[in-house]
Amino acid sequence: MNKIVSLVCGIIFGIGLVISEMINPEKVLGFLNIFREWDPSLAFVMIGALIVSTPIFHLFKNKNKPIFSLNFFIPKNKQIDKKLIVGSIFFGSGWGLIGLCPGPAITSIALLNMSSAIFVISMFIGFYLASKVN
Amino acid sequence: MNIVNFTPVSALTGGLLIGLSVALFFILNGRMIGISGIASNFLVSKNNRIENFLFLVGLILGPLIYNLILGKEINISISNSLILLIVGGTLVGFGTRLSSGCTSGHGISGISRFSLRSIIATITFMIVGILTVLITGIL
Repeated sequence: MNKIVSLVCGIIFGIGLVISEMINPEKVLGFLNIFREWDPSLAFVMIGALIVSTPIFHLFKNKNKPIFSLNFFIPKNKQIDKKLIVGSIFFGSGWGLIGLCPGPAITSIALLNMSSAIFVISMFIGFYLASKVN
Repeated sequence: MNIVNFTPVSALTGGLLIGLSVALFFILNGRMIGISGIASNFLVSKNNRIENFLFLVGLILGPLIYNLILGKEINISISNSLILLIVGGTLVGFGTRLSSGCTSGHGISGISRFSLRSIIATITFMIVGILTVLITGIL
């Protein structure tokens, strides 16, 4: 069941990125272009996501177990350290440069766009490099 | 500042679906979704490799199913500078793993948990993203 849930959740997430147009880098860069011509849409995507995920998380986090797994896996790291800040700075600069973050980048593979394919391959190289550093 | 191209209804609708995906994954599989985590774990870790792979396949099927049902074409506009794409992609991949989260892992899952770490990460990458767009717009 875990596998079917993973596939279905991926599909729902992917469709959400398409409907909200977050799959389009131009739309994301419009959100980050706050000092000139601002497109606030991305903020509404986050609000939409959070009003569903926040109450559900807090309702279920103290239950014994998830429906199809033995345990909940909730990140325990609470440290505000250099890695968190430096990593976020790297991520923010790459995000602002192209307008793609990991979800939309992978989802856009479906569109067979050469530029997004190059971005995704580079992103996986970045994942690999970080796994060597961490 | 002028407000342009604002699409609140489709943004909110898409956002609700993303939230639904995060909520279902938590209730059913017990994990909080972070795409950079799922994708990089698929690459470097044997744990949950099939589940992670299927989630990524689902992401890619999303636009295809949307297109099949609604018959609408999906258009995106993206930089075609090879150097920028490589630099940007590597920065996103490296940075999200160094900080253990991206727009979904910190921005949605982390903030849902009221994690201070994720709130600080989200504010940081948003400010840096805004500054990057400001600077590249001037250059």
